[in-house]
Amino acid sequence: MKKLASGLYVVVTIALMIWGFYQAVYVAPLDAMQGEISRIFYYHVPNAMLCFLFFAISLIGSIGYLSYRNKLPSRAQAADALALAGAEVGVLYCTVVLTTGPLWGRRAWGIWWTWDARLTTTLVLWLIYVSYLLMRRFAAGPQVQTLAAVLGIFGALDVPIVYMSNRWWRTQHPAPVFGGGPDSGIKDPAMLAAWEWNILAWLVWGVLILALRYRLERQHQKIADAEAQAALNA
Amino acid sequence: MNSALWTHLAKDLRIEWRSLDAIISMLFFSGLVVVLFSIAFDPRGAFSQQIAGGVLCVATMFASVSALNQAWAREIRHQVMDAQRMVPSPGSELLLAKVIVNFLFVTIVQILLAPFFVVFYNLHIAGQGWLLLLVLPLGTWALVSNGVFFAALSMSSRNRELLLSLILFPIFIPALLAMVQATTSIFTGESDPSLWIKMLLGYDIIFTTISLLLFDVVLHVD
Repeated sequence: MKKLASGLYVVVTIALMIWGFYQAVYVAPLDAMQGEISRIFYYHVPNAMLCFLFFAISLIGSIGYLSYRNKLPSRAQAADALALAGAEVGVLYCTVVLTTGPLWGRRAWGIWWTWDARLTTTLVLWLIYVSYLLMRRFAAGPQVQTLAAVLGIFGALDVPIVYMSNRWWRTQHPAPVFGGGPDSGIKDPAMLAAWEWNILAWLVWGVLILALRYRLERQHQKIADAEAQAALNA
Repeated sequence: MNSALWTHLAKDLRIEWRSLDAIISMLFFSGLVVVLFSIAFDPRGAFSQQIAGGVLCVATMFASVSALNQAWAREIRHQVMDAQRMVPSPGSELLLAKVIVNFLFVTIVQILLAPFFVVFYNLHIAGQGWLLLLVLPLGTWALVSNGVFFAALSMSSRNRELLLSLILFPIFIPALLAMVQATTSIFTGESDPSLWIKMLLGYDIIFTTISLLLFDVVLHVD
């Protein structure tokens, strides 16, 4: 039953990704001023919003680990696996944002990069979570999980700064589309539909790879646990 | 005062006073950085005013890292950390004492370096110079408080010095940006540094609070 459900989920995810691609590239009308390059919006923006979601999931995992590690160790281990998986998927989505952004910028602004508030803080966000992943790799011993959870909380404090940066400073990056000034928001229903399909597709895809990574990490933990038990009993 | 904070503070200051290890290495290293930047970016005329702020902040950063790498060195040897864990007062007092001590060292280095800096860059401060007395301590505090915390975090890893820099620098970037923008605007007098000063203050409050709250977790790990 479970295998059937997850198999079905994978199929639906792939179908949504294909549909989202079709919507973004073939169906959605062109932007009046930008032309074809505006289509990258349907990849850049969903990935940007969703990377915040996965970093938030990672934060929940980190807090969960710190809260449960003494009282409910099994739940703490699950939380730690979630923290790691969330950080990895978040870094992946942030990489997509930082790659699609300059690709668009080169055509739209004539420059690959600029050190304005939004771009800089997104790069910093990426650096922080990469340093989190590096710490998990370099630090040794049983304390890794606790220390990584602490670092995860620190890293998460940067996320609101990234979100607010577009509102606090005048910036070259386009102003917020959703919730910006009185004239913001997508008006054309075909564009809105394409955008909605894409954010749904990238959401289910992200959840899929998060779940796969989480399962993998849990299996790593169980194997390590079994080895420790065997060493104790030997 | 009987608090553990005062004890830790006095102990670290006394040890440093006897050897002057940290201050000498920091002083020389940051002096070198200032000279190297002058060679890399020719500081003549108005251009030197533009880059002086950035060079000062980066020199502070590199100098601090050399001190921070040794911040817990004495505690790592001879199981001193176990003794520290058994102290009945909260771990945050130990952290705060270490941060204050390192902050003092870096500030002393900045004060000693200032005349050379003014000479090499022919600095004349076009904006409100007294604001530097606000900006530099706030920026240094941001660097040192995060640095001491992350040095404790990376104590148990195999490449501890490398990991400290890798973790510290990304998280420090917003404060670095604010510090550089503020000092440059004070040197050149071209813009108002108050936004950046407020940001530094906010950053300091947030990160100092969270480090103090989470230090006990890090201290009692394993």
